[in-house]
Amino acid sequence: MAQDVAIIGIGLHPFGRHDTLTGRAQGAIALRAALKDAGIGWESVGIAYGGSHDAGNADALCNDLGLTGLPFINVANGCATGGSALASAVAAIRSGSAEFAVAVGFDKHPRGAFNPHPRDWGLPDWYGETGLMLTTQFFALKTRRYMHEHGITEDSLVRVAQRAFRNGALNPQAWRRREMSYAEIAESMPVNLPLRQYMFCNPAEGGAALVLCPAEVAKRYHPKPIIVKAAVVRTRHHGSFEVFSPALAAQQAPAPTVTASRAAFEQAGVGPRDIDVLQLQDTDSGSEIIHMAENGFCEHGEQERLLRDGETEIGGRLPINTDGGCLANGEPIGASGLRQVIEICTQLRQEAGARQVPGTPRLGYTHVYGAPGVSGVTILQR
Amino acid sequence: MPHPVLASPDLIRFEGDTPHLVGSRCDECGELYFPATDSCTRCTATRMSPHDLGRRGTLWSWTIQGFLPKAPYDSGETPETFRPYGVGYVQMESGLKVESRLTVADETQLQIGMPLELTLIPYRTTGDGEVFTFAFRPSASA
Repeated sequence: MAQDVAIIGIGLHPFGRHDTLTGRAQGAIALRAALKDAGIGWESVGIAYGGSHDAGNADALCNDLGLTGLPFINVANGCATGGSALASAVAAIRSGSAEFAVAVGFDKHPRGAFNPHPRDWGLPDWYGETGLMLTTQFFALKTRRYMHEHGITEDSLVRVAQRAFRNGALNPQAWRRREMSYAEIAESMPVNLPLRQYMFCNPAEGGAALVLCPAEVAKRYHPKPIIVKAAVVRTRHHGSFEVFSPALAAQQAPAPTVTASRAAFEQAGVGPRDIDVLQLQDTDSGSEIIHMAENGFCEHGEQERLLRDGETEIGGRLPINTDGGCLANGEPIGASGLRQVIEICTQLRQEAGARQVPGTPRLGYTHVYGAPGVSGVTILQR
Repeated sequence: MPHPVLASPDLIRFEGDTPHLVGSRCDECGELYFPATDSCTRCTATRMSPHDLGRRGTLWSWTIQGFLPKAPYDSGETPETFRPYGVGYVQMESGLKVESRLTVADETQLQIGMPLELTLIPYRTTGDGEVFTFAFRPSASA
């Protein structure tokens, strides 16, 4: 059995818009905060994994933190960059190749929707030129089909967004901190129907960092280490319904989220019912609803009732995205998956203030999904 | 009648004036692809043949593009002249679902399962005239 790995330091530069700071500066602030939380210096870090989509090479952080000669691996896995960095850092500690590892991400995106270039994704130019290569279209098309197959209505799309902004209002570090009425969301501008303006997260800026070490020595550095029971990344199979697909195979296959989730539960030796607090990728309301079932937390179609009955609220049986998720925090691609992990650590440490889930949560879960079909799942334990 | 100028001529085969979508079929396992590829992501074979995917299907999922996409979208529209357009996955007779523009952008006129047929629509005007791309329009039967 490989040794357990613990998170002993967390650091976040709040997501949002920060006109006077570069993306890298926000990453450096987050990394220094994580090192301080762990009580170690940068010179002690044996290996680092980091990613940024639009704000330069992550290893340029060494120019800020110090040129210590450590191996620093740049990670580029779309929205799953943070999850991939973390899984790599965990593997490095498990293999014994470093005593302390860092996973860090930051970003600073232009305003408005992402505009990927087809050739970067192995796709022909016409796919972008004729207006078919938009992530928002994919989320809408997958949501529309899912609603049709499983009896989900627009009511659920509104409720997910409403809860995100309600939780964001309780989170001093959230970007969107204003609660929104049901009508304000339901009547907002159609972006890609059935998804509307306030059902989509926005590209943003921010930084997030974690410090990890072997679990057996973790208490020397932090009084409340969080054990990484599983950190799994999976990519798409032939036949799964993924972003940037000019066609879908006749026979469908499960999403990478399904395979990542199953592998993570198996690694951790626990099941969905054991999880006390969770983060699910909420690029948009529809995605979160689909991800509830793809990660095994409910049956397909059951989301409608769970949302209506308040079961996914902070005080509910299945508290989802307690910090407001991507919807209230925005999505700096490089940092987003690590923000999820930081929120679960904060909840398991019982330091989440007004948004703290009640009782003594023991197990948390994070799930990130990114183009062109990558999912990262972690299971974390107090 | 001369055929219209296409954004990508490789995607279309004409039977007379009637356009058909062209993809590829794996010589080993028979899996279909659109656009045509030179390897099979299902069985990893690398021998593929061109395949006529036909021109009829049913609407499998849809959305309406409500904002002007950034580049590489090159319709030449501005935020002021942009008109929302329909996008859907169309399930062809083989079961393959092809992502396509729709001629309809009115949510009251779109329903999963409705029969559709292939057409060509102008999506861009250059100095030399209009450039066409493939799209699906409502039809009487599947």
